[in-house]
Amino acid sequence: MSSRETLLEVDNLKVEFRTDDGIVYAVDGISYKVKAGTTLGIVGESGSGKSVSALTTLGLTRGKRTHVSGRILFEGRDLLTLADEELRQIRGNDIAMIFQDPLSSLHPFYKVGAQLIEAVLMHRSVSKSAARDRAIDLLELVGIPDPHRRVDAYPHEFSGGMRQRAMIAMALANEPKLLIADEPTTALDVTVQAQILALLEDLQQRLGMAMIIITHDLGVVAEVADEIAVMYAGRVVEHSSTERMFSTPQHPYTWGLLKSIPRLDTPRSEDLVPISGRPPSLINRPTGCHFHPRCPYVRPQHRSIDPKLQEVPGEFGHEVACLLPAEMRKQIWQGLQAGQTPQELRHLVEDKEAPKAVAAAQPAQEGGS
Amino acid sequence: MSERGKPLVEVRNLVKHFPITRGVIRQKQIGAVKAVDDISFDVMSGETLGIVGETGCGKSTTARLIVRLLEATSGEVRFEGEDITKKKGAALKALRREMQMIFQDPYSSLNPRKTIGSIIAEPYAIHGLETAEGARKKRVQDLMDMVGLNPEHYNRYPHEFSGGQRQRIGVARALALGPKLLVADEPVSALDVSIQAQVLNMLRRLQAELGLTVIFIAHDLSVVRHMCDRVAVMYIGKIVELAPGDSLYGFPRHPYTGALLSAVPVPDPVGGHRKRELLTGDVPSPANPPSGCRFHTRCPKAQTLCSEQEPPLVDKGGNTVAACHFPLTREEADSRLPALLSAADPVPATDEA
Repeated sequence: MSSRETLLEVDNLKVEFRTDDGIVYAVDGISYKVKAGTTLGIVGESGSGKSVSALTTLGLTRGKRTHVSGRILFEGRDLLTLADEELRQIRGNDIAMIFQDPLSSLHPFYKVGAQLIEAVLMHRSVSKSAARDRAIDLLELVGIPDPHRRVDAYPHEFSGGMRQRAMIAMALANEPKLLIADEPTTALDVTVQAQILALLEDLQQRLGMAMIIITHDLGVVAEVADEIAVMYAGRVVEHSSTERMFSTPQHPYTWGLLKSIPRLDTPRSEDLVPISGRPPSLINRPTGCHFHPRCPYVRPQHRSIDPKLQEVPGEFGHEVACLLPAEMRKQIWQGLQAGQTPQELRHLVEDKEAPKAVAAAQPAQEGGS
Repeated sequence: MSERGKPLVEVRNLVKHFPITRGVIRQKQIGAVKAVDDISFDVMSGETLGIVGETGCGKSTTARLIVRLLEATSGEVRFEGEDITKKKGAALKALRREMQMIFQDPYSSLNPRKTIGSIIAEPYAIHGLETAEGARKKRVQDLMDMVGLNPEHYNRYPHEFSGGQRQRIGVARALALGPKLLVADEPVSALDVSIQAQVLNMLRRLQAELGLTVIFIAHDLSVVRHMCDRVAVMYIGKIVELAPGDSLYGFPRHPYTGALLSAVPVPDPVGGHRKRELLTGDVPSPANPPSGCRFHTRCPKAQTLCSEQEPPLVDKGGNTVAACHFPLTREEADSRLPALLSAADPVPATDEA
C-alpha cells in the first residue's frame, strides 16, 4: 500500500474566517496525504474543521474574509495558488465532491439528466447527444434502475437513496482521480447507507479512484477507510491505519468517541461513557491541548503545552497529538477495554505525577521535539 | 411504578390514512397514504419500548397517534384501560398531563423568543398549576437541575444553548407535569456523537428515578438496543416483528429485521465484517403497498405465497412475535449479525508484540 504514489498532499493547512465575533480558526495546521486508489476517512464532530478542510481543497472557501495558508498539492500542483479559472478545470474533473444532503445539492427545476449532461459538457467537448448517452451510462453505473427513463426525471421524483446515487453519478461524470464525500450517508436510512457504501467501494475498485470520506460515524469509516484521521477543534489529533485506530487508539478523544457510542457487537448492559462538556468555540480556543477541558486524564501542564502530532513509539505511521506518555496511554486503553471508567483510571495519571523519578523518565521519550 | 408489568398503553388495530386529494376547490380523494395500517401492541408500565424502521415506515405517526397529536382513522388507543381516541375538551387536556413528548430537532422545538424558564414553566401556565410565582420558579429550577442544566440559566434564551442542552430543555419541559408516559421521537439523532451519550444516559437515569414508561423512536438500531427493553420493527405501516431487545438483536426472525441489523456499520475493521445483506431498491410507497407480505418485493426469502397472503403477527418462540411465512433460521440470523464481543475478551490487538 505504501508503494502507491501520493495523489493529494495537504501540508500545514490553515483556514481562518474573519467574522464580526472574531477570527474562527476552522482548520489549524493539518497535514495528510492521500495515496492513489486508497480511502482516507476524516472523523470529527460538527465544528471540528473536517468539512472546511475538504471544501478548501476545491477552493470552495475562497473569499474576502477567509485566510488560507499552507499547501494543498494535487499531483504536484499547489491548488491554493491556482487562479479560479485553473481550479475550475480540476474541480469536477480530477477532483469531485458529493455532499450530505442530496436534495439541496440537486437543482429542483432541472431534470437529473440535464444536470448530469452539464457536468459532462463542462469538462469535455462532446456533442449533446454523446453527453446524454454518457449520463445514461452513469446512472446505470450507480445502479439506478431503468436509466433511459430516469434520465428525464426531476430530482423530486427520486427517493433519498436514488438522489445520492445521482449525485455520485454526477461526481463520477469525468472519472475523477479523487472523490471527496462529505457525510455521504448521514441523511440516509441504514439499509440505503449500506447500499451507498457498497457502491462507493465497488466504484473505487473499478475506477481506481482515491476517496476522502468525511463522517462523524466511526462505523462507516471502519468499513470503508484504509486510513483515518480524527479531527478535533481544527486539528488532526490522531492519524493511523484503520486497523490500528480501532485496536490501539491513542488519543483520549478517540477513546471517548469509541466508548460513547452504543454498538451492536458489545454486551448491552455496558453503560455509555460520554465525553463531558461540548466541542470548544473555534474563536476562543482552550489553551494548551485543545481537548484538555474535556479530557478525563488532564494533567496541569496540559493546560499550557500545545501537543504536536508525533509518531507513536513502535507503531509506524500511527501519529497522535497527546501529552500523556505512551506507556500510560496503553494502560488507560487496556483499562477502558476491560470496562473501567475514566474516573477509575484517572489515578494512573495522577500517581505518576507525584514521584518525580518515574515522571522524569517518561517525557524523555515523549517530548523529544 | 407500582403497577409495573401491567400495560399502560394498549394499541388496538390502529389505522391512520392520510388522504391524497386532487383539485383545489372541490377536493376529491383519490387515494390514501397508509402511514399506519392496523397495528396492535402493548406498552408495559415502566418499560422502554423501541420502535425502529426506515423513513416513512410510520413510526413517528404511531407516536403522534398515541399522544393524540394526530387523530386516528380507526382503531383504539387505551391508556390505563380507557380508550383515548375519542376524548375531547377538559378530558383530553387532563390526559395531556399524563403523556408528554420530546422531539427530534432541538432547534425548532423551542420558541426562540422565550426564556428557558418560561419555556419549561409553560406546561404549568397551560394547566394552571404552581400559580405562585416563587413556587413555579423553584419547580422549574429543580427540573433544570434534574436534567443537568445550570438552574442559574433560568433567564437565558434557547440560542445561548448547544444542541445537547436544548434537548435537555425539551426533556425538562416534558417532565414538568410528571407524566406517566414519555414519547421520545428521535431524541438524539440531531446531536453530535459525544453529546448523544450524555442525553441517552440522562434519559436512562430519569426513567429509573421517575419510573417512566417510555416509547423510544429511532432509526439507529444500536441506540435502540442500548435504550429499550422491547423493540417493535415497522415496515410500511405494519409491525413486522416485536420482541424483547435481547431476542430481537440475538435472533431476529423477520428477514427485514435481519437486513436492518446486517446493514448497521460496526466500528471494528477486523471482526466487524460479516455477510452483508443488501436490500435492493427503495421502500415501496405506503400509498400503494405491495400485496401479501409488504416486504416480499425486497425479501431474499420471498416465495409465491408471500405475494398472495399477508402473514399474521404470531409467536415464533422466545417471546418474539413476527409476521413472516418463512422466518430466518438460527444460521441465517447468525450470518447477518456482527460477532458479539464478550466483555472478557476485548478487541484483539493486531500488532501487540
